[in-house]
Amino acid sequence: MSDLTVKRLTQRCGDIDPRDVSEYISTGGYKALVKALLTMKPQGVIDEVKASGLLGRGGAAFPTGLKMQMVHDTPGDVKYVVCNADEGEPGTFKDRYLMEGDPYQLVEGIILAGYAVGAQKGYIYIRGEYDRAIELMKNAVEQTRKIGYLGNNILKQHFNFDIEVRSGAGAYICGEEFALIESLEGKSGRPRYKPPYPPVSGLWDKPTLINNVETLANIPYIVSNGSKAFRSVGTDNSAGTKLICLSGNIANRGVFELPFGITLKDIIYDIGQGVPGERELKMIQIGGASGSCIPSDMLDVKLDFADMKKNGLSMGSGAIIAFDDSRCVIDIVKSLLKFFAHESCGKCTPCREGNPQLYNLIDDFSKGSATPSHYDVLQSLTQTMQQAALCGLGQSSPMPVVSTLLYFKDEYDMHINGRCPAGICSSTNGGEII
Amino acid sequence: MNTVTLTIDGQKVTVPENTSILDAAKKAGIDIPTLCYFPDQNIKGNCRVCVVEVEGSRTLAASCSTPVNEGMAVKTWSKNVMNARRTIVQLMLADHDEDCNECVKNGVCELQSLAQRLNIQHNPFKNILKPKPIDTSTPSLIRNPNKCVKCGRCVDMCQETQQVGILFDAYRGADSEIVSGLGKYLSDAGCILCGQCSTVCPVAAIYENDETDKVWQAIFDTSKRVIVQTAPAIRVSIAEEFDMLPGTVALGQLAAGLRRLGFDDVFDTDFAADLTIMEEGHELLDRLQHGGMLPMITSCSPGWINFIEQYYPDLLPHLSTCKSPQQMFGSIAKTYYAQKIGLKPEDIFVVSIMPCTAKKYESGRPEMNDSGVRDVDVALTTRELARMIRQAGIDFTALPEEPFDEPLGISTGAGAIFGATGGVMEAALRTVYEVVTGNTLPSLDFTDVRGLKGIKEASVDLDDVKVNVAVAHGIANAKKLLELIRNGAADYQFIEIMCCPGGCIGGGGQPYRTTNAIRQQRIKAIYEVDKAMPLRKSHENPAVQALYEEFLGRPLSEKSHHLLHTTYSNRQH
Repeated sequence: MSDLTVKRLTQRCGDIDPRDVSEYISTGGYKALVKALLTMKPQGVIDEVKASGLLGRGGAAFPTGLKMQMVHDTPGDVKYVVCNADEGEPGTFKDRYLMEGDPYQLVEGIILAGYAVGAQKGYIYIRGEYDRAIELMKNAVEQTRKIGYLGNNILKQHFNFDIEVRSGAGAYICGEEFALIESLEGKSGRPRYKPPYPPVSGLWDKPTLINNVETLANIPYIVSNGSKAFRSVGTDNSAGTKLICLSGNIANRGVFELPFGITLKDIIYDIGQGVPGERELKMIQIGGASGSCIPSDMLDVKLDFADMKKNGLSMGSGAIIAFDDSRCVIDIVKSLLKFFAHESCGKCTPCREGNPQLYNLIDDFSKGSATPSHYDVLQSLTQTMQQAALCGLGQSSPMPVVSTLLYFKDEYDMHINGRCPAGICSSTNGGEII
Repeated sequence: MNTVTLTIDGQKVTVPENTSILDAAKKAGIDIPTLCYFPDQNIKGNCRVCVVEVEGSRTLAASCSTPVNEGMAVKTWSKNVMNARRTIVQLMLADHDEDCNECVKNGVCELQSLAQRLNIQHNPFKNILKPKPIDTSTPSLIRNPNKCVKCGRCVDMCQETQQVGILFDAYRGADSEIVSGLGKYLSDAGCILCGQCSTVCPVAAIYENDETDKVWQAIFDTSKRVIVQTAPAIRVSIAEEFDMLPGTVALGQLAAGLRRLGFDDVFDTDFAADLTIMEEGHELLDRLQHGGMLPMITSCSPGWINFIEQYYPDLLPHLSTCKSPQQMFGSIAKTYYAQKIGLKPEDIFVVSIMPCTAKKYESGRPEMNDSGVRDVDVALTTRELARMIRQAGIDFTALPEEPFDEPLGISTGAGAIFGATGGVMEAALRTVYEVVTGNTLPSLDFTDVRGLKGIKEASVDLDDVKVNVAVAHGIANAKKLLELIRNGAADYQFIEIMCCPGGCIGGGGQPYRTTNAIRQQRIKAIYEVDKAMPLRKSHENPAVQALYEEFLGRPLSEKSHHLLHTTYSNRQH
């Protein structure tokens, strides 16, 4: 294991029996809950999270403390915490790792969040295919209830809180916060328009804190050790660690807990051990299926929300997929678009109709039937989707197209001229595309 | 009320807080194009046609769903807005059956007019429509999924306003579809054929089954005596089809127009409405005096009948056995009137002009053959009549006012108000009161039962018997009363239920895009018609009196029962 990795969120993963609450407690678990309930006011917890600089790990990097404050400040007797564990982003498997390796840490994070915002009920919405995670989280909730950390008057305080585990049914869109909330309400998973945002009107139209698994799992550490200790790792504007999922044409695949501030080069070559075999790295996609695709000469960018934003990139879910030079950019983009056309919920026009049209346009490149005028159409279509789609899915699904047009335009041009440099688009007719 | 000041296209606008950008722009004289937006419905925010630029925002905002903020700066027209709106409409067109020439909505299609407004002269996108079968399973409505733009207006209407709930969003991505009854044809989906969906559909994804050709054939067939009856609600809506203001009364022009089309007799369903009051009023008295099933519920609205038969069949004994005015007219035209003019029922062709799509189904019910043949041959909607008038080249706005023909064109104000919610109740009370008490009503206006309030109540003293009445319009409101009856908590003796919001003036066969504001105007107009009538009580209608003297005998007579009453069946799925 490279010495760049950190053991903080993942400190117990692999080292404790994830079924046994006593192993969690004997390794410092539920210390934060006791501390918060006995010595801190809800606002104190929020202030600590704010001071930690924790940013949401689900993709949007919204300041977690600020979101908690909004839920806290919205009037209402009934509030909810929803944990988004519908990890459906291709190439992303970090939440699964956290849930399977240390389920109690997440439970503790949710209870702390519930205490901070004044909620009585938490939901964990887990991707339906995650059988083991679902079973382990259900067990963790049950064990925690048994020791009295869930239920009424937790630690003899005026704080009642319980958690319910729900599973998704296989729709990617249910990772979108409002689609997830709709699904929790028993409706089909389709996003709502915003505003109002969940902190004001979320589940059952009540103030709702909805956060990703990794975000909530960070809260026990912050409460236990304080914001200063949390900030001891990472950069000024990206505090703490980030779980990164490495996959694709890379030697060392898996989930790695990394400090913010290291470079993408560190991740690919130090952690990931580079591209296997005699191949060269051609492209990485960072952030998930709707992340940017960048060339191998852009790897000096730091794992840091601000530095990435400056370079037009987004951390997204923390997935990094590597592609070597045997791969065709057009072919990769096409398969991503097929995914989005299939996973679009169909509610808004730009996403429902835009993704299949985007697929068709890129398909024209792979068939050799594209013309230079395709670039204009791609420009107006991707811009329309990014600016006018209802939710994040339709707004971000054009990103692979936009970024490859920026960094791999020559490969598009070659396809217009009938040549696929990787020989993928021409594999059926011996090197020439029609 | 707190207000918010913002700038729209450089103009300062002050509006109440929570106003949408769309409404604020309207106030500033800027008309932002929309598609999924429909007045009175929930905001959907899914078509994205109404997007605008909001300063400081990463994305464009849907103006229908975005509330204004203090100091907000909005641009409703810019390079980005133009590109997005155009691209969105092009995307819709590329997943749409673009054969506009063979489309019933050609010229009145909102997608077509959007494309025109955005100056779309070519489409860079390939058409990706996967053709699906057209649903022609009912006599009332045609559903063409190949025209659908998934705006969700019909779903909102079916789920929220009518709460029949048989239209759904189904599947996802490009396979997204609006389906009826989990994929079943309308005929098996529990649809009540109210047609409200068809009045809000912006395209031709759901529309009335056009039967105008059958009517032309009858008119051109010289061996047929073609009789037309026109429902109370048509006279206050037909003018809208010819670009006149909602609320315009076009009674005389309507009669003239029908005559120009070639109908042999231009009669009035208002006559049959008066007849309905005679029968229904006496039925109520009979039930009150002889311990019959109460509350008694009106039965003139065929969408309502479709609803109770399928969803509340346990309450069918509460329904009045009276046929609707349309069907009473049909059987009287083909018996009483046929005898008068010396023709056989089969030589007569009865066409009705109705504000309603469910009337098409009703006229085809097997039990509606009491004259020996089908009592009403074709029921056309307001929209189809307008189509015929345009086809024949008649300038409706220039028509003179002409009277209806006698005797079945003679009517009272009581018959006219059948077209508005509460009208049947008011008409019934006018007659029942005078029949029971023998006194003349001091005031004919029962204003408690008028207007667009969902459920209205009133009490009337009939010679020391207090009669409590209730009126509901729209199925969502009707359901509330039905639940009360089911739970034994309804302290009413008489209930009027109309299937459509606002009653027949808001019917599913009325001009497209009927809104509540338009309903109000039509209601106002219908009470004007009532006020202007020399006779305003059904029992004073001389033609109705003559019908009883010459033919039926008395209300609820054996002959009346045979020709004017019907039975219902449990059609629960």
